[in-house]
Amino acid sequence: MAANTETMTINMGPQHPSTHGVLQLILELDGEIVVKATPHIGFLHRGIEKLSEHRTYHQTIPLTDRLDYLAPMSNNLGYVLAVEKLLGITDEIPERVQRIRVIMTELTRLKSHLVWLACHALDIGAMTVFLYCFRERECITDIYEKVSGARMTSNYFRVGGLADDLPDGLEGEIRTFVESMPAHVEEYEGLLTGNRIWQKRTIGVGEISAEAAIDIGITGPSLRASGVDWDLRRDNPYCGYEDYDFDVPVRTGCDTFDRYRVRLDEMRQSVRIILQALDKLKPGPILADCPKIVLPPKQDVVNNIESLIHHFKIVTEGFKTEPGEIYQGIEAPKGELGFYLIADGSAYPFRMKIRPPSFVNLQGLPQMVEGKLLADVIAVIGTLDIVLGEIDR
Amino acid sequence: MTPEVLTLSETPWLYTGVMLVKIIVAFVATLLIVAYATYAERKIIGRMQTRMGPNMTGPKGLLQPIADGLKLFFKEDIIPSQAHWFAFILAPMMILAPAFISISVIPFGGDLQFSYDGILYAVPMQITDLNIGVLFIVAMAGLGVYGIVLAGLASNSKYALLGGIRSTAQMVSYELAVGLSIVAIFMLSETLSLRGIVAAQQLPLWGLESVSFIPNWYIFCQPLAFGLFVIGSMAEINRTPFDLPEAETELVSGFCTEYSAMKYALFFMAEYANMITVSAIATTLFLGGWGGPFYGWINFLIKVFAFMFFFIWIRATFPRLRYDQLMFLGWKIMLPLALVNIVITGIAILLW
Repeated sequence: MAANTETMTINMGPQHPSTHGVLQLILELDGEIVVKATPHIGFLHRGIEKLSEHRTYHQTIPLTDRLDYLAPMSNNLGYVLAVEKLLGITDEIPERVQRIRVIMTELTRLKSHLVWLACHALDIGAMTVFLYCFRERECITDIYEKVSGARMTSNYFRVGGLADDLPDGLEGEIRTFVESMPAHVEEYEGLLTGNRIWQKRTIGVGEISAEAAIDIGITGPSLRASGVDWDLRRDNPYCGYEDYDFDVPVRTGCDTFDRYRVRLDEMRQSVRIILQALDKLKPGPILADCPKIVLPPKQDVVNNIESLIHHFKIVTEGFKTEPGEIYQGIEAPKGELGFYLIADGSAYPFRMKIRPPSFVNLQGLPQMVEGKLLADVIAVIGTLDIVLGEIDR
Repeated sequence: MTPEVLTLSETPWLYTGVMLVKIIVAFVATLLIVAYATYAERKIIGRMQTRMGPNMTGPKGLLQPIADGLKLFFKEDIIPSQAHWFAFILAPMMILAPAFISISVIPFGGDLQFSYDGILYAVPMQITDLNIGVLFIVAMAGLGVYGIVLAGLASNSKYALLGGIRSTAQMVSYELAVGLSIVAIFMLSETLSLRGIVAAQQLPLWGLESVSFIPNWYIFCQPLAFGLFVIGSMAEINRTPFDLPEAETELVSGFCTEYSAMKYALFFMAEYANMITVSAIATTLFLGGWGGPFYGWINFLIKVFAFMFFFIWIRATFPRLRYDQLMFLGWKIMLPLALVNIVITGIAILLW
């Protein structure tokens, strides 16, 4: 006797506790087995790409904070580097600026990975890891606050430099925090890595081969866990990353467990990079010597007519660029974050296209979960480390 | 002078009075423990997770359970228009009642003696001593499933349905393993009465006078059964790592997704009442019930609280299992182990 069975369609999200924002998944379920998964996006669309066409290059920086809101400084960096490349002033960025940018973006990587680990573990049911991770993230948000005045939307990097120098004593604070970080990573590992239930929930879950990952365009830790040794910080360095000694963790398990281990190793490598950058950090200017692009110090604006004119021009009109197109990709915590700018010679970009890592990585979701169980969908959403602010832009 | 046992036929009024007092005391105590178990859980997990837990309502947050109860009591009681209203209302009661009923057969202390009218009476500290006490508990645990299934089906919501299906499968399969692990206990005690089982555990270990300081608790001769019972009952009462029916991150709230106000509170109370019941049963069957260094019921409560602490601790530590892994563990590991344990116990009893 053949039983009369039918599949059930459930609507997961956009209001669901573990779709990491407003992702909507239409799941076709056969019992608990996912037959088909269709992600629907667009609930957080704010038109950042379009908005930037009507703003000067500087005015777009705060918008980039709101892309991947868990890693705002990485977005700042990607955008600022793209504009600098367009202006051709990449080589004029002072060394101190480069170092501070590296320190802050690596802290951002730690921050982003901490939130990822917290939510991923919580999704799988390990509640305590969530609070431990947020405890450390709190220290990073404090550092953010001291540097930029904001805990999340930092808006700290500027075209040609930084908004401000590091406050006094912050270097020591960053060093203390970063030196404590490896022990905390051990703590998370102690709760999860050897845990049989954690292993059962993650090993062999959400597998994606290196070929499939490359076909889709997956980047970042998810790609490196599939055995592809690709990291823009090493393979296409920017911000002086070639000066630092660090490893690119690669694993070949292709599954959720290896993505977890890659990210934890990346946190340790970030610590190494930050410590090296702190050692190499020397006093110096925090803005490039490009008066037509960089805002002059306030003191000069008051006392010096040329500075006053530059200040007036930059604030009211922005700066103009040569017509041209450039692409600048950086290794953001979640993968390759790219900014593609087309300039028409005016003070506004003709078109800005953002290549957000989460958007591309999300495309791997259907083939990672189809044929698996409902609980695996949650694990895979977690392991892809998506942020909807970046997907919908 | 040997004390008389109270009976309904000889001293009906006294018997009824004593019975009512026992019921009220046991019920109120359980309710209080339920209320403060939520507080304890939040405080203990809070401490484990480097945060405070409730600390604003009353001194050290001690009034928090009452505030929570009041809040839920005054909330709007929503019955979804697509839900089957009768089953929807029935479900929370069906889940709460069995949880409390099981308490009635658990002995929480030794005999209490008092004299009335010049006659010395002995009152067992137990609401009723059923001669099939263990069977009764297993039956009540079985009834608890219906509440969850009903809640899942009556809500007419897909998440609730999935939660209901999960819990049915889970509770039915783990009940087998739990039931079978208990079998080994009454093979040793040769009685199904919980009072008898506790009494059998007060003797020295294996009847050996040389180790008379160690009591004959069944945890020592049945460690495997104890492990199976604890894991199985964790699954049966839907605690982490077996909290799949209400897996928040997957099924929103599982079977109680559509519930609000007091009905939701009933589910919550049932969860903690079940935790108490299971702890009490484990104490009675494996840890010598009320036996121990202190006065009867104090020993009992200490052991029960230790168990509850253990359950809370587990919740702060472990992630959640997946549905198929849960079934695998239940049917392919725990059930065979329980059967093997029975066979070994049988052989051991025959030989010695």
